[in-house]
Amino acid sequence: MNDKHDKLIDKKGIRLDGRKADELRPLKLQVGVLPNADGSAYIEHGKNKILAAAFGPREMHPKHLALADRMVLRCRYHMAPFSVQERKSPAPSRREVELSKVIRESLEPALFLELYPRTGVDVFIEVLQADGGTRCASITAAALAIADAGVPMRDLVVACAAGKVDDTVVLDLHDAEDKLGAADVPVAYMPALDAITLLQMDGILTPDEFQRAVDMAMGGCKKIYEMQKEALKTKYMVVKDVEESEVEE
Amino acid sequence: MSSLITKVRLKQISQHIEKGKRLDERGLQDYRPITLEEGVIEKAEGSARIYLGKTQVLVGVKVETGEPFPDTPNEGVQTVNAELVPLASPNFEPGPPDENSIELARIVDRGLRESHAIDTEKLCIEAGKKVFVVFVDVYVLNHDGNLIDASALAALAALMNTKISNYEVKDGELKIKQGYTQLPMKSRPITVTVGKINNQLIIDPQYEEEQVMDSRISIAVNEKGNICAVQKGCSGYFTPQQILEASKLAQAKAAELRKKLNW
Repeated sequence: MNDKHDKLIDKKGIRLDGRKADELRPLKLQVGVLPNADGSAYIEHGKNKILAAAFGPREMHPKHLALADRMVLRCRYHMAPFSVQERKSPAPSRREVELSKVIRESLEPALFLELYPRTGVDVFIEVLQADGGTRCASITAAALAIADAGVPMRDLVVACAAGKVDDTVVLDLHDAEDKLGAADVPVAYMPALDAITLLQMDGILTPDEFQRAVDMAMGGCKKIYEMQKEALKTKYMVVKDVEESEVEE
Repeated sequence: MSSLITKVRLKQISQHIEKGKRLDERGLQDYRPITLEEGVIEKAEGSARIYLGKTQVLVGVKVETGEPFPDTPNEGVQTVNAELVPLASPNFEPGPPDENSIELARIVDRGLRESHAIDTEKLCIEAGKKVFVVFVDVYVLNHDGNLIDASALAALAALMNTKISNYEVKDGELKIKQGYTQLPMKSRPITVTVGKINNQLIIDPQYEEEQVMDSRISIAVNEKGNICAVQKGCSGYFTPQQILEASKLAQAKAAELRKKLNW
């Protein structure tokens, strides 16, 4: 361990941003934030600020990409040039191409693709500010956007990372922990089905630490899952309130 | 997904797997025969060609000088690129790398990088100014499934036979001297991909099996048996129990390969 690693967790087990090892960053979830999209969601996960919008099921463009026996899900994960310390070129990087793919594959198990042949659903994710764990926050928001678009789902998909920092397995790494820590394990999960739909890892972990990190990340997912459901309900509570006040008039 | 395989065939494969059998009589958790040829391209600093059943991958390593990244001024640079060349499959087309080749390159890259396979600190020529850049180019020549494991094995084999010309630095300029030195290596990661078909975990899927595969998980294991990179892929899922089984299976298979290849 070198010097810069020692500072990530203090002697009392408190992390740089004041959290305990198994504590999530503050989260804010909002559904239906973009009027033009069929479904949309906004997430603030720590300092991450991410918008997701879903369009469809709609006709595929270009048409030749349509599949005769199922719906096509397309995802685009994109970071705004101003979302990170050094300006990021708006052209898609190799990292963004890979993340778009794994995010799509994390959402597909939740959808009944075979029920909507020849159609497509497009999910656009814009990272407005990044602070570690953007792929997880993106999945959490994208699942909400798809649900908000009214596309039937087996379950919501929720994602959260765990990792290893200063020899401790911790939940929900922020940017500094992600960069300086020993390992990062993002997990996407469908709690009602007990199904893991995304799992990646970089860094070095013993098999036992890896297992603990996956378990801890799933624990984080279950907490965020409740907030996700709450955010979906909140949108319709607002609609209901408006209707009721109209009736009174 | 390819339309070249009929639904009847796909169903047959999946029923086979359910009964614990495979198309080529292998066990569910057996690799196909592996042959490695090293140093096949003389003009490359390192190279290796792997035959994994009918899958063939050639990896060439070129070493050039370049600038280090600002956050690691004392370290050489590792870059991995993968080409799914059109001669390897009727389903590959010419053009810029698509998401499949980018993912393949990034999985191979992560396995090497996170395990610190290349000793990049020994590749510094002049701190902050000049370092060696190691280009690992993965060239898929025949696609019959499990490109990830084949590419990762071939990449490591190519790096292990990579030689850099001896040199001395004079006034900031690199002077080539006689003879060669082995590329400094610190670790030998082996990546094992576990596929899931009908809730059965299988090793080394061939092309047709990949068409019915629900999901896969690729796990890079270093010589201590620690896990240094993971990537889940495909549109299906794993239960937490299956993840545990897959990670144990990957460790066992990596140890087996390590013994077989003498790594």
